[in-house]
Amino acid sequence: MTDVAPQAADPLVRFSGVRKTYDGETLIVKDLNLEIRRGEFLTLLGPSGSGKTTTLMMLAGFEVPTEGTIALDGRSIGAVPPHRRGIGMVFQNYALFPHMTIEENVAFPLMVRGVPRDERSVKAREALAMVKLDALWRRRPAQLSGGQQQRVALARALVFAPQLVLMDEPLGALDKQLREHMQMEIKHIHQSLGVTVVYVTHDQTEALTMSDRIAVFSDGVIQQLDTPQGLYERPCNRFVASFIGENNTLMGTVEEMLPHGFCRVRLADGHYVTAAAVNVAGVGAATALSMRPEKVHIEGLGAAHVNRLMGTVKDTVYHGDHVRVRLSVAGNPEFVVKMRFRPGRPMPEAGERVAVAFSAEDCRALDAPAE
Amino acid sequence: MRDTDTLKDRLRRAERMRQWKAFGLIAPLLGFLLVVFVAPIASMMLRSVHDTELREVWPTVTRAIGDWHDRTRVPGEPVFAALAADLKASQQAKSLPVAARRLNYDLRNGRSLVFSTARALPETATSWTDAVTAANPRWADPETWGAVARASGPATGYFLLAALDRNRTATGRIVQAPPEEALFVAVLKRTFVVGLAVTGLCLLLGYPVAYLLATLPPDRGNLLMILVLLPFWTSLLVRTAAWVVVLQEQGLVNNALIWLGVIDRPMRLIYNQVGVYVAMTHILLPFMILPLYSVMKAIPPAYVRAARSLGASPTTAFLRVYVPQTLPGIGAGGLLVFIMAIGYYITPALVGGAGDQLISYFIAYYTSSSVNWGLASALGAVLLSATLALYWVYNRLVGADGVKLG
Repeated sequence: MTDVAPQAADPLVRFSGVRKTYDGETLIVKDLNLEIRRGEFLTLLGPSGSGKTTTLMMLAGFEVPTEGTIALDGRSIGAVPPHRRGIGMVFQNYALFPHMTIEENVAFPLMVRGVPRDERSVKAREALAMVKLDALWRRRPAQLSGGQQQRVALARALVFAPQLVLMDEPLGALDKQLREHMQMEIKHIHQSLGVTVVYVTHDQTEALTMSDRIAVFSDGVIQQLDTPQGLYERPCNRFVASFIGENNTLMGTVEEMLPHGFCRVRLADGHYVTAAAVNVAGVGAATALSMRPEKVHIEGLGAAHVNRLMGTVKDTVYHGDHVRVRLSVAGNPEFVVKMRFRPGRPMPEAGERVAVAFSAEDCRALDAPAE
Repeated sequence: MRDTDTLKDRLRRAERMRQWKAFGLIAPLLGFLLVVFVAPIASMMLRSVHDTELREVWPTVTRAIGDWHDRTRVPGEPVFAALAADLKASQQAKSLPVAARRLNYDLRNGRSLVFSTARALPETATSWTDAVTAANPRWADPETWGAVARASGPATGYFLLAALDRNRTATGRIVQAPPEEALFVAVLKRTFVVGLAVTGLCLLLGYPVAYLLATLPPDRGNLLMILVLLPFWTSLLVRTAAWVVVLQEQGLVNNALIWLGVIDRPMRLIYNQVGVYVAMTHILLPFMILPLYSVMKAIPPAYVRAARSLGASPTTAFLRVYVPQTLPGIGAGGLLVFIMAIGYYITPALVGGAGDQLISYFIAYYTSSSVNWGLASALGAVLLSATLALYWVYNRLVGADGVKLG
């Protein structure tokens, strides 16, 4: 985690009340207010159609906000065309120009800025060296592998030293291993150059590993803007809880508000649990309880907890470093418990009745789905 | 080593089966093309260098003239005697017009020369040299005999040379035809100028349309595409005739301009170069738009966006990133339009003036009106070789990978 707090007072980008609609009927982006700090790696995460790419395109200048303003460095950029914004961009399919060599591609931003030919060549080679491709400068994009093309695109977006780089699902077309490698490489480049990165992805693992902060988008609204750790451990609503990481949900009704931000919830099957009241309307409101699989224990195999429910084991799957037990608990037939595997200890067997236990802090009472 | 050999053999056997199957699939079309396309072209090409017309009707003199070596002087008595014998024989066989026509190609007033000599020739003579020369004094000129020698076949370069306004003297020197007879070089030049201009106009008018087609949303793009293709479904003759209606002196354009007060007397828009350019550009435009469209359709919008995001103004992004990627389309469309334009016949024949006819008009004229198939074939050969040369250049420039142009 990089500490970016000191510069927070002076954001690089500020979206104020931005709304966007294509057809005049449905809003793709609804009232977006977002500050992007200098030097941070901010990820816009969300399912497709959530408005994250539209937000990025508005920042790049390819889409115009229907309402609201976007300010870059304190100045509104509503009237600034894309090529005058000085923002580097990496596209999903690289968009390397097929009729130019690798070096010409990387030198393109310098060429359009009128940099002399010699200087252009030197800087392009430097940028290529940064992504370890300086040996391939004479080739054509079609002669490079997907991963190499992606690195050229990266070098091209960085060669003119922009203060802001946008990346639109840049690793989407790569296989898993290469993607993980490139994640680290992009992260390292970000750290060594100190450039501000706005990264769009629908892959939550990618977002968690790379970002300083993540804005989770759904239905054109930022559901939560937080650090990866904050999002995982303290999701503020049901969408974020289920979108980031694995999650168990139990439906219930708030019976009583307790001191210190807790509440007592009556489950569908009549049992009571105590939960952290994160996002509940009050007594009598429906709520969705969210628990991470690794925070739930099977009684007798872990510590004692304030909440205890009975469940029937459906199956147990060995995963090497952990064991996943699928149970039917309080009306949820897909309740998952993730437990450390310890040799010699008996595993719960299918059909066995066991008690699952969890603390009140690890059980978060969130908004219930709209009926 | 033996193992790999047998493996290779097996592979070859397996491949051979596949090749035979593939050949079987194209064999019917191949056969069809050989019979109706390749064979006629080959026979036409052959006619441009093969010449037996005179040989068939005047067998004796065409054989005897082989002994004429000193071409600065008229040939000897045996050749004159052979000519006299042939003249009489062909007069009886009524094949004299064939010989007259053939010699008329190469000799001014060759027809009257043949007929007058045949008419004035005595039954017998002691010296056929004197008798023939007396019948028509032009036989005393070695150039007259040169024409006979050139027409004796069976192989001749006469038609090809004539197609380029060149001919050979009796001694075999290649000289330029006198200006009043020179025609085809100017026609070839005109054909190429018109072809280039029409190609340029098509590119100028077609490029924006193709761009619009490729970037419009599919439903509206398809509608526009139908408009582009509409002329394709109308007969060429109808479209050309329609231009006559539109452009003539009492036509739509002139009437409209007069009504608007732009001009006070009709402009001449047809039966001149204007008409040729307008009608040919209109008719050939789809052949430019379609290849451009297919290339443009395959260019993702991300390229121009990437260029814009990297700092290129809309114009720079278009010229540096978009246009270079459409070069294969420009090449293909340009080649297609140019090759079709230099072969155009009906449209210039209907909307052009006498001085605007392209080479195809003369090919058609020599084929059907004057029945000089040798010259028609030679003109065709010149056109075909120009076309093939262009195609070769195009292939070298654009080639299999369009990346080379960049």
